[in-house]
Amino acid sequence: MTATNVTAGSAGSRAAVLKRFRSSDSTFRLLTLLAALAVLLLLSGTILSLVIGSIPAFRAFGFSFVFTEVWNPVTEQFGALAPVYGTLVTSFIAMIIAVPVGLMIAFFLTELCPKPLRRPIAIAIELLAGIPSIIYGIWGLFVFAPFLQKNIQPFLIDTFDGVPGLQTLFAGPPYGIGILTAGFILAIMVLPFITAISRDVFDAVPPVLKEATYGLGCTTWEVFKFVVLPFTRVGVIGGVMLGLGRALGETMAVTFVIGNAHTVSASILQPGTTISASIANEFTEAVGDLYTSSLIALGLILFFITFCVLAAARYMLLRIQRKAG
Amino acid sequence: MATTSSFNTALYGRRRVKNIVAKSLAYGATAFGLGWLVLILGVLVYNGIGGLSLDVFTENTPPPGSDGGLLNAIVGSIVMTILAIVIGTPIGILAGTYLAEYGRHSKLAMIVRFINDILLSAPSVVVGLFIYEIVVAPMGHFSGYAGSVALAVIVIPVVVRTTEDMLRLVPDTLREAAASIGLPRSMMIMRVAYRAASAGIVTGILLAVARISGETAPLLFTALNNQFFSLNMNAPMPSLPVVIFQFALSPYEEWQRLAWTGALLITVTVLALSIIARSLTARKS
Repeated sequence: MTATNVTAGSAGSRAAVLKRFRSSDSTFRLLTLLAALAVLLLLSGTILSLVIGSIPAFRAFGFSFVFTEVWNPVTEQFGALAPVYGTLVTSFIAMIIAVPVGLMIAFFLTELCPKPLRRPIAIAIELLAGIPSIIYGIWGLFVFAPFLQKNIQPFLIDTFDGVPGLQTLFAGPPYGIGILTAGFILAIMVLPFITAISRDVFDAVPPVLKEATYGLGCTTWEVFKFVVLPFTRVGVIGGVMLGLGRALGETMAVTFVIGNAHTVSASILQPGTTISASIANEFTEAVGDLYTSSLIALGLILFFITFCVLAAARYMLLRIQRKAG
Repeated sequence: MATTSSFNTALYGRRRVKNIVAKSLAYGATAFGLGWLVLILGVLVYNGIGGLSLDVFTENTPPPGSDGGLLNAIVGSIVMTILAIVIGTPIGILAGTYLAEYGRHSKLAMIVRFINDILLSAPSVVVGLFIYEIVVAPMGHFSGYAGSVALAVIVIPVVVRTTEDMLRLVPDTLREAAASIGLPRSMMIMRVAYRAASAGIVTGILLAVARISGETAPLLFTALNNQFFSLNMNAPMPSLPVVIFQFALSPYEEWQRLAWTGALLITVTVLALSIIARSLTARKS
């Protein structure tokens, strides 16, 4: 159609077509730019709305809101210490389990696994990340927590009874639900993220380096420990931080099994709460501005923590990407 | 001489043992990971399949203590998911286009990419709070619209990321060829780049659908829930994940059974979607 216009020889229509092209071109460009800016708007909008929403809470309780354990909707006294503590401890437990296991799976997939099995096993592990978090929750509540309560927790309590330090860590009646259960389920949930990223960065190690080390007579494990791991250190830490970011913000799975108790207890067998679980459990039932605002303030704290962790993770992964080329 | 050689054997033995231990730990870790997958899916099928009947798809959620289905929840989930995809996908694709085609190495693109990656793993419960503040609070009530918008916020970063990645795989020679026959840039993108990357972009959308079909936290205080069948987007709307949450934590056996069935439905849907998405891109490469 444009071709006939041009061959018709009329300079005017040619100019019109070019003009149309130019305007549609700049419109499209503008649209994409606006969409890109919308992404920025989402983040700044989230931060802004959380800050505005949490003003009443911070005005009422001051900065000590973060360090206060009380959470009493009746007297309208709120403090974030128990949820923050629960969030950090459950994520810490999750990382203690998921980091070594995730790294070992990546080690298996890149160095030990027979080639034809690599893809299926990697996909199977990644499917763990695809299972919605509410499924982990319902499974944790009905299957995993009763199992822990009957078989694992009494054993832990008996074994560590009388051992200083560990005695308080594993104290108290076996509830099944609680901080340890939540941490363990989080570990399974973040495992695929750590494995996937570690596998990617392990694969990026130049084969020459590994071959040279094997040539010196090193074992598979030594090659992994002294060449692959140091070479990919930054990427692995990035992957771990990414997993940590997930664990910190995970909501539904934790809500099911944490017990929702606003207390700070030294024993990890006791119920507790996390920031996201408190919000999910209480937000729709929160009466009064101060209650709502306190929950939004919790959200702001959570967003701040995860933002820092995720930003650090992305920065590290960016660095290793640049190094790779 | 003799001492060095015996010393070496001892060292060699230790290294071998260490190697064997490490290797078996790696096998063990993999078995651990795969074991959980099998265990979770197994329990899910075992508990969910019993409640699976036609009633699940034809009847609404029951009042406590009686039998029923999940029709209203399934329909609510589908409607909100579709609207979320309709809102989120165009923005996501356009933003991804900017990053891959126009911005690429610009400072703005780098910032947007960074922020997008953070949004990709930002806690979804915070997204719920955000939409509550900007949609639910001004409107004065919970609604299906608010739920859809919350889900759209989760869709956008997923689509941005895959669109950009897929457009970047399109060879520059194709772009240059299009430019050399006088195609303006926008047409080059729409007629050449999008076509070449279409399978990848569809994958991104499927992954986004998979991601939001299981999302619960952002719906809790945006769409809330509704015991009845409702297509009114301006009123509270039920969704499968929220119904599972409510029913699973209830003391009623019928509700708990329905929760398991719903959980099975969601998981099968999500896993099927992600496997289809994966096979789409796998064939491409």
